[in-house]
Parts: sequence; structure tokens; C-alpha cells
Amino acid sequence: MNNVVAQLQRQFHDYLVSLYQQGFLDNQFSELRKLQDDGTPDFVAEVVSLFFEDCSKLINTMSRSLERPENVDFKQVDSGVHQLKGSSSSVGARRVKNVCISFKECCDVQNREGCIRCLQQVDYEYKMLKTKLQDLFNLEQQILQAGGTIPQVDIN
Amino acid sequence: MSIACELSNPNLKKTKAETIVGNWTSKKILLFRVLCGLVCISLVLWLCLSFYVGSLCICNKDAESSKGVLFRNHNVTRSEIDAMLSLFFDSNQVTSFECRKESNPGMWESYGITCSLSTRLEKDEEAKRHVAELMSSSEASILDNLEENVEKEEDESGHQDVLFYLMNKWHWWFVLCVLVAAHFIFEFHRRKEVSFLQDKQQTQCKRDGKLRKNMLLLCIIAGVSLSVFWFWHTNEKILRQRRETLTNMCEERARVLQDQFNVSMNHVHALSILVSTFHHGKTPSAIDQKTFSEYTERTNFERPLTSGVAYALKVTHSEREKFEKEHGWTIKKMNPEDQTLVHEFDPAPVQDEYAPVIFAQETVSHLVSVDMMSGNEDRENILRARALGKGVLTSPFQLLKSNHLGVILTFAVYNTNLPHDATEEERIQATIGYLGASYDMPSLVEKLLQQLASKQTISVNVYDTTNASSVIKMYGSEVGDMSEEHISSLDFGDPFRKHEMHCRFTQKPPIPWLAIMPPGFALVITFLLGYIFNEAINRIATVEEDIRKVRELKARAEAADVAKSQFLATVSHEIRTPMVGVLGMLKLLMDTDLDAKQMDFAETAHGSGKDLISLINEVLDQAKIESGRLELESVPFDLRFLLDNISSLLSGKAAEKGIELAVYVSSHVPAVIIGDPGRFRQIITNLVGNSIKFTQEKGHIFISVHLTNEVREPFDTEDEILKQRLGSDETCNTLSGYPAVNATGSWRNFRTFQDHISSDKIELLVTVEDTGVGIPFEAQSRIFTPFMQADSSTSRTYGGTGIGLSISKRLVELMQGEIGFVSKPGVGTTFSFTGVFGKDSSVTALELFDQSIHEFQGLKALVIDSRNIRAEVTRYHLQRVGISSIDIASSLGTASTSCASKLVNLDLVLVDKDAWNKEEYVAFSDLLNSGQETYTRPPKILLLATFTTPLELSEIKSSGLVDEVLMKPLRMSVLICCLQETMGDGKKRQIKRKPKNLGSLLRGKHILVVDDTVVNRRVADAVLRKYKALVTCVDSGKAAVAMLKPPHDFDACFMDLQMPEMDGFEATRRVRDLEEEMNKKTDQSRKWHTPILAMTADVIQATNEKCIKCGMDGFVSKPFEEEELYSSVARFFDK
Repeated sequence: MNNVVAQLQRQFHDYLVSLYQQGFLDNQFSELRKLQDDGTPDFVAEVVSLFFEDCSKLINTMSRSLERPENVDFKQVDSGVHQLKGSSSSVGARRVKNVCISFKECCDVQNREGCIRCLQQVDYEYKMLKTKLQDLFNLEQQILQAGGTIPQVDIN
Repeated sequence: MSIACELSNPNLKKTKAETIVGNWTSKKILLFRVLCGLVCISLVLWLCLSFYVGSLCICNKDAESSKGVLFRNHNVTRSEIDAMLSLFFDSNQVTSFECRKESNPGMWESYGITCSLSTRLEKDEEAKRHVAELMSSSEASILDNLEENVEKEEDESGHQDVLFYLMNKWHWWFVLCVLVAAHFIFEFHRRKEVSFLQDKQQTQCKRDGKLRKNMLLLCIIAGVSLSVFWFWHTNEKILRQRRETLTNMCEERARVLQDQFNVSMNHVHALSILVSTFHHGKTPSAIDQKTFSEYTERTNFERPLTSGVAYALKVTHSEREKFEKEHGWTIKKMNPEDQTLVHEFDPAPVQDEYAPVIFAQETVSHLVSVDMMSGNEDRENILRARALGKGVLTSPFQLLKSNHLGVILTFAVYNTNLPHDATEEERIQATIGYLGASYDMPSLVEKLLQQLASKQTISVNVYDTTNASSVIKMYGSEVGDMSEEHISSLDFGDPFRKHEMHCRFTQKPPIPWLAIMPPGFALVITFLLGYIFNEAINRIATVEEDIRKVRELKARAEAADVAKSQFLATVSHEIRTPMVGVLGMLKLLMDTDLDAKQMDFAETAHGSGKDLISLINEVLDQAKIESGRLELESVPFDLRFLLDNISSLLSGKAAEKGIELAVYVSSHVPAVIIGDPGRFRQIITNLVGNSIKFTQEKGHIFISVHLTNEVREPFDTEDEILKQRLGSDETCNTLSGYPAVNATGSWRNFRTFQDHISSDKIELLVTVEDTGVGIPFEAQSRIFTPFMQADSSTSRTYGGTGIGLSISKRLVELMQGEIGFVSKPGVGTTFSFTGVFGKDSSVTALELFDQSIHEFQGLKALVIDSRNIRAEVTRYHLQRVGISSIDIASSLGTASTSCASKLVNLDLVLVDKDAWNKEEYVAFSDLLNSGQETYTRPPKILLLATFTTPLELSEIKSSGLVDEVLMKPLRMSVLICCLQETMGDGKKRQIKRKPKNLGSLLRGKHILVVDDTVVNRRVADAVLRKYKALVTCVDSGKAAVAMLKPPHDFDACFMDLQMPEMDGFEATRRVRDLEEEMNKKTDQSRKWHTPILAMTADVIQATNEKCIKCGMDGFVSKPFEEEELYSSVARFFDK
């Protein structure tokens, strides 16, 4: 039993570290994890799901804006990117945030092709992150079910 | 930025210039038109004038011709006609005249005109009537003729100008041509202009050039036409003169010939009367052939023109036989074929009448017995002569015997003295004989012309023009200039015969140099001027083009310069970032376990990296300054504190080299000034760094700060340092005793010393004096040029890039100051710079050591130092810590002897190490102790040392002679510490502020989080909740404003900046407005001011300022970090 938990914990730890190392997540995510306590046991999952909802919504809006070849409302796209950037940095979704930064640059120079490329990238990144985090939460659940505790992972 | 401004400025100027040029172009077009008009008008005027003059001449000519007509027809005397003509002419001209002419008594009495006229302002008709009246006696034909003339003249004079214009079409064509040419040129170029409008700027100068060329072309055309006209005009004049000369000469000849002929005719007439008197009037006749021949021969001189005279008798057929018998010969017939042999003449055929010659001059004696009637010419002549009773001429024919052309003059001899009005019948009846004289025309004319002047110049022809269809030439040849001919009529007294004299010049008119030269010169000058101006215009065009190019190049060069600086700035910045990483890693590496060798490598790498970073920083600064990106901060700072920092920073280096470092700030300099402390520090560090680098093992570096006002009014100053500075140029009375260069030399060049600055600003004068190697004179001029050191060996000897001074200069310029230096190789260098700073009257001093300063007030100190200036510096530092009564003594000895009174109640004695002397000190110490006996506290003795080895230090301390050793350079903090230790009880106050827990700070606080992103909201909420704050979240600026509308119970608000609809700035502004309203309304002691903190991801200075501006209290970066959150929130909740 303990063995299973330990294995799961190790797996969890390795997985999380790999996420950090691959640049999917940054420090802010661990900060978030620190905020999670007994009072709010699902805080991270909640925030992350909120983030993904937000993401899909924003990406939809932006892709609609960028659909037409001319008269792209870059202002609207810009505000979308800004929001996405803000929320991604809040959850510590590093890759999404980085793509957002270049997205914003494209947006500033009103480069439609660049914007579309960045949008696709953002879409890809957030979906990727979503699956990864999904796995992570699944692992978490498994650990909890196995009666273990979530290990504190210090990436530093 | 300044360069950018300059770059944009030319554009502005250009557009301005364009509009100006545009105006100017339109003005030029106008000018061009006006000029054209003026040229045309002046041409027309000139032509008019010349026509007018010409017309007068022509009128005269006409008059002349009519005169000729009168002359020819009626033999009216010249003066009479002249008078008459002038009458007509003048009456037309409406001038007054009076004329009185008497007719010449002569054979044409009936034509005599006596006129006495006054035609003052009379009409032409009237004048005509007068003339008609006067002429009533004369023949109708003359009257008609005259009237015709008058009418002609009237017409001509009445419409003089108009006629003339019409007649001289040439002028019209000329004017027209010029106008048309001008118009075409103008139109052509205007069309061009229109097509060029698109590229206005480029073609501007070209168009100017075109316009100039047009003007030039027009001027040249005008010049050429003027020259041509001048030539034409002069030539005309010359020709006219020639014609007049010809006329005059011809007339003269004609008159002479005519007069001579008349005289000769009169003589023949007289001869006829002689014959009638002595041959017919006497019976028997007194004349026979011999007598006649003799007489005529002898009187031949009177008729020089006649070749011979003969007398023929009128013999009717009935009388023929009787006559023949009487004379003994038969009447012979004239044989025109052979006139030479008289005896072979056939007897005359039977005729009604014969005219056999009975008397003849010797020369024509062969004519005796020849019947004159038998010759056609002679017969006709005879018949006419007797009918008219006047001399009659034959047409010219070959004379008998001689081959010359000649004319025969025949007079009829009447038997009775007939009255003048005798009829033809009576005359014929009365005729008894005929006297004939033959004139040899060629020799006659020849003879006459011989007598006249300038006979060579003209050739004369004489014609008989009785029969207009076949004109007979009587004299002359066809030589001479055929183009010009003057015809004068000759009147030989026979109205039936008409003769004319044709004169012409023997030579063709000479080339009219007089007419050619001046216009030719004018033409040449015109072309020369045209060439010169053309060259000038071309030159102007080239120069304009060059200027344009130069401007372009200049703009490009400037742009390139800016680009270079920007590139440098960017690259330097980019290099710096990885370098920081390299340095950090090296530092970490050095912390690890390394062996000595590795450590050495790492340290070297670290040192090199640091050098590189500092170099990059310098380059970055330089580039930033050059690209105009460097802006100075404007914050209040304590200058003295800053200088303390600098001196402490550099004291290590200075101490290494054994150089004494001292700082002095004048008491007039305010404690707090506003400016850029970082840059100020950079300048001083740079200067002092240089000084340390170039000063070798001796001497000092002395930083002093004054107000420029103090220097401006040097005589009021009480500042010892300044007094000493202004005293002499070079002095040994310096900080360390080594000679240094006086800074005043460089001050004199400062422009700012003359300017006065506004009252809320101060200007500082900073001087850095060293006793280094000095700057070579030849290098002094380029010392501020970037990357330029005194000489190439400098960098080898001392290192460095030579960019520091250049940056310092730029920085000083940014501070609206100037930098200068005085240097003497081997003595030292003194740099001075000025800078304008703001005064901050609100803050008197940064309350850093407030309490400590309080402690030291009222203390009494004595400074013993051999160097006056050093003592002053020490005094300055003591004053800074609040010690006000300070005495100075130059040595321990003098202190103990002369200043005994000062030693009373001393709290502190500071002795410089240079003045330290054990023996003297013992005496001094005794004196002190004796003076202080009554007091409980003996004065503390402090030793001031520049560089002391630890051994020395401990020795002095252990000797117990001094209480404490102070290391120079003096600093306020060090001084305070030291004084506290010696003076006080040794208690050390440790002020430690333990940061309170964030949780306790935020516990129970109501905090509003405003963010449009749900994730951010959630995270912020969680973070704040962690610190036990009560968090409310809203998702828009509007909602936030609604929530924060007072009264409410929020303690703080975290506001996202960028939100849709209403952003954080706007929301904050509204909240502040609402609070303001509320505060006014309630007027309570509690003021509403909710702390609003911005949440922002990118912390940029600009955003920060904007936050403050719109009423926010601070900002936290997103995502929250504990320390930052604490420090920003603590400001509001700590109290």
C-alpha cells in the first residue's frame, strides 16, 4: 500500500518537475499550490479550470476577430491577448504566457498572419497544458484515493 | 533628441520654404509679364518717336518734290515756291509765321507772288483760299497743281502717324514678332511647369533656373532687336544725308547749267536784234558775211557754249530766183547723210519758203547757202521760233561736222518791233530771218562741271525728255551707282522742250561703318552679357543642386549618427544582460570549493567581466547621450552625504596609492538639492577616479563644492578655501603641501558665470584638484573627445578607454553646466564643472542623523593642523555634526603657547598626524589638563590619520595618549560613530525594525480586488485570504467605482490597470472624484481616501508615474510576491 503511494508520489513529483523543466509551468504555479490548504482543497484545480475556460473563450473570440482577412479589430484582439497573458501568468502557465508575449508584439504591429500563427500556438499550448495538468490532477486524485498526501514539490 | 529635432526641423523649414517659393514663383511670373509689357511699350514708344521725326523729313521731301513740279512746269523762282510751301506746311503744323516775299522782276512777272500773310491758327481751307486768291492771275493748271499739292499735304500731315504705321509695316511686324516670341516662350515653360507640379520640391530650383533663362533669353532678344533697329535707324540717316547731298549737288549743277544757257541764249537773242537792226534796218546792209563772221568770232567769248551762229534769211519761193541771183549761189538742200561738203549739196527742191543761211560764223561757214528749212529739225524749229517770238530749241541731234550731240537754238528776226501780245499771224508776217546757234551739249556740260566743286563724286547725265517715250541722252555716261539717282529739271527757256539732269554718285555708297560699329558693339556686349549671365545662371543652378545634395547628405549623416548611437545603446544593453549572468555565475563559482589556481582563474575572469561591464556601461551612457535618450532625474538628495559616499568608496584606492582625499562643501550650499544624484556621482567619481589614476604616491585629491554666486562675488566671501583659491595662481598652501594648479584659471572661461539663474535654482561649482602628472599641453584640446586619451601611451600606462571625460562633459552639459580644467604637467590638474540644481526649500535636511547631531551641539573643539586648508576641511566636517565653536591652531606648540585662552573648556581636540609630535604633545597635554582641572571631563584627544598601518595604529592607541584615531577622509557617519564612542558612554543604539508579519498586517482588512480576468481574481483572492484579509472581488472598473463610492468599509483596493470598458486609471480617477465630493459634503475630520494599488504585470517607470498621476497610491506587480506586497501595503496599514 505504502509502496503504491510512494510510487505514485514519486511519479507525481517527477511529473511535476518535468512540467517545470519543460517550461510548461513556472514559479507562480507553485505559489498557487502553496495557497491551497485545507480550507480550499481544490483551489489549484479550480483556478486552472477557470483559466482553461477563460482560454477557450478568449481564443474563440480572437479567432473570430482574425477570421476576416481585412478590417481586423486589433484592439479587441489586443485586449484578449492581454487578458490571456494576465491569467496565464497568474496560474504560472509559462509557455502560454510566452506565446502571449510574442502574440502581443504581433498585435502591436498589426501583423495578421503573425497573430493567426500565435493564436494557433496558444491554442496548442493551452490544450497541451490542459492534458498535462489533467494528468497531474489525475495523479493527485490517485494519491489521495490511495490514502497518501500530495507531496510538496520544491522546484528550486 | 536634439538631433531628431534638427532632423524634423529642416522638413518644417522645407515646407515653409516651399510655400514661400510658391509665392515667389507667382510673383516672378507677374514680374515676367510686366517686364514683357514694359519692353513692348518702350519699343512702341521709341518707334513712334522715330516715325514722327521721320514723317517730318518725308513731308519735307514731299514738299521738295512738289516744289520740283512747280519748278519744272512754271519756272517759278525757288524762293517764291519755298515761301509758298512753307506757308502750307506751317499752316498745317499750326504755327504762326509771317512771310513777305517779293517776286523777282524778270520774264515770269505774271507768276509773281506777293504775299503777306498771317495765318495764326488758321484752318487749312482758309490758307488754301488765300493762296487761290493770290494765284487767281496765274494759269488754272498751276492752281490745280497747287491745290492738288495742298490736298496731298493735308492728307499726309493730318494722318501722319497712322499713315506712317501703315506704311512701315516692318515695324509692326517686328513688335508683333517680339510679342509672339515672348508669349510662346512663356506658354511653353508654363506648360512645363504644370507638368512638373507633381514633383515640386525637386523641380523648384530647376524652375527657378528656367525662369531666369527665359528672362535672359528675352533680354538678349530685346538687345538684338535694339541693335538691329539702331543699325537700321543710323543707316537710314546716312542714306538720307547722302540723298540730300546728291540733291543739293544736282540742283546746283542744274541751276548753273541753266543760268549759263540762259545767258548764252540772251546773247544769241541780242545777236538777232543786231542782225535785224544792222542788216535789215539799214539799206544797204551794214553786215555782210565777212563782217558777221568777224563779229561773231570776236564775240564768241560771250557765248561760250555755242559752237557757232548762223543767220538765215526768210525767202519765199517767188523771191528765190532774185535771191539766188543777188547772192550768186543757189539755195542748197541740207543733206543729212553727208554734211561736210557744202558744195556738193544739191540745190534745194522747190518749196514755199526757204531759209538759206547768208551769214555764218567761221566755225559753221559751210552752212552758208544751205536751206535750213530743208532739215527736218531746223524747219520745225524755225516755224516754232517765228510763231512764238522766243528762242526755240531743237531736240538733240548729231551736229554737222562735229560728231557731238547738239541742239540748235533758233530766234526769229522780225522786221518790225512787235508788241508782246502780237498774234502768231502777225509774227509770221513780220518774220524776215532766223538766227540759229548750235550748242555742243557735251562740251557745254563738261565745261560747266569743270568749274564746280567735287566734280569727281557725282556723274551727271542730261536728257531731253520732250518726248517721254523716247528720252534722248544729251550728255553723260552710264557709270556710277545706279541705285541712287536724283533728277533735276532744266529749263532752257523753251517751254516746248523739257530737259532733265540726272545725277548720281560715281561710287557705290561706302560701307556704313558709322551705322554698323555702335550697334555691332551693342550686339557684342549683349551677347557677352548674355553669356556671362548664362554662366552665372548655370553656376547658380549647380550651386543650388550642390547645396541640395549637401543637405541630403547631412540629413543622412545625422540619421546615421543617431542610428549608430541607437545601435550602440541597444547592443550595449543586450551585452550587459548576459554579462550579468556570466558575472553571477562566476561569483557562484568562486563560492564553491576551488583550489588556488582555479580561484585565480575565476577571479581574473570576474575582474575582467566587471571591467567589461563598466566599459559597456560607459559606452551605453555615451550612446544614450548621443542619441539623446539620456534624461536626468530630478530628485532631492543630500549633496554632502553623496560626497561622503563617494569619498568612502574611493578612499580605499586613494589610500593604496598614498594619496590624501578630502571633501569640502561650502556652508552656502543647501543641505538638500534637486537633481540627478546618480549622474552627479558619476561625474565626480570619474574625475576623482582619473585623479587617483594619474597621481603617483604623493599629494592629495581635493573635492570642493561652492556656489557660483560665491565665486561671482569673491570679496564678500568668508570661505577660507575660496579665499585661498582666489589669492594666487599657484600655491603650495594646499591640502597636502604639494603644489597644485589653481582652479580659477578654468573658471574664467565659464560662460555661466556671467548669466544669472532664476531664484529657485542654484548653480554649483565643483572642483577636483589633484597633484598628478598633469595633462600635456598638446593633448589638452582633445581631452573631452570620446576615446581620446592624452596620448596613446596613456592607455598603456594607466589603462582606461578615455570615454569617461567625454561622458562627464555631456552629463555636465545636460545639467546646463560647463566643464573645464587647468593643468600643468608635473604639477597637477584641476577640473572644475558647474551644474544647475533645484532648490528644495521644503526639506531642510534628510533626517538621518538628527538625534546624534543634537547630542553634539554646544561642544567646543580645537583643531591642530599644520595645513590651513586641511584644518578648514576638518572644521567643515565638525560643523556638519553640529559642533559650532571650533578653533584652529597650526601646531601643538602654538596651541600651547599662543592660544592658551582658547584651551579653556575644550571638549575635543583633533590633531592631525602631520602635526603630531610627542614632545610637544606632552607639553600641550599638560597645559590642557591644567586648564581643565576644575572640570570633571578632560577634553578628548582625537588623532586624524590619512594612512596608518595597523601596527602604527595600535601603537598610538596603546600609548594612551589619544582617545581615538580617526581615519581620513572624514565622513559624517564615521565621525558621529567615533564621537559617540568617545564622548558618550559607549552605548550603541541598535535600531532594528523587525518586519511584521504580513498576516497580522492584513488581518481583518476589507480589500477590494478589481480584475476582469477571473483567474487573476481568484488567485489574488486566494493570496490575500491567506493573510486573513476579507476579500471582495469585482470584475470591472464600473463595479469597482460603485463599490468604492463612499461611505464604504474597504480598507484598500487592488486594481487591475487594463480592463475593458473602464480601465484602472479611469476607475481610480472616478473614485477619487467621488471621495472629493464626499469630503466636501460632509466636512468631517475623517477624509475619505481609500488606498488604491495598481496591479500590473509590467512595471515600467512610465506606468508607475501614470498611476501616481491619476491618484493611485502605489502598485504591486502581478503575480503577487510576499515582500513586495508587504512593503506596499505596510505603508497604509502600519499606522
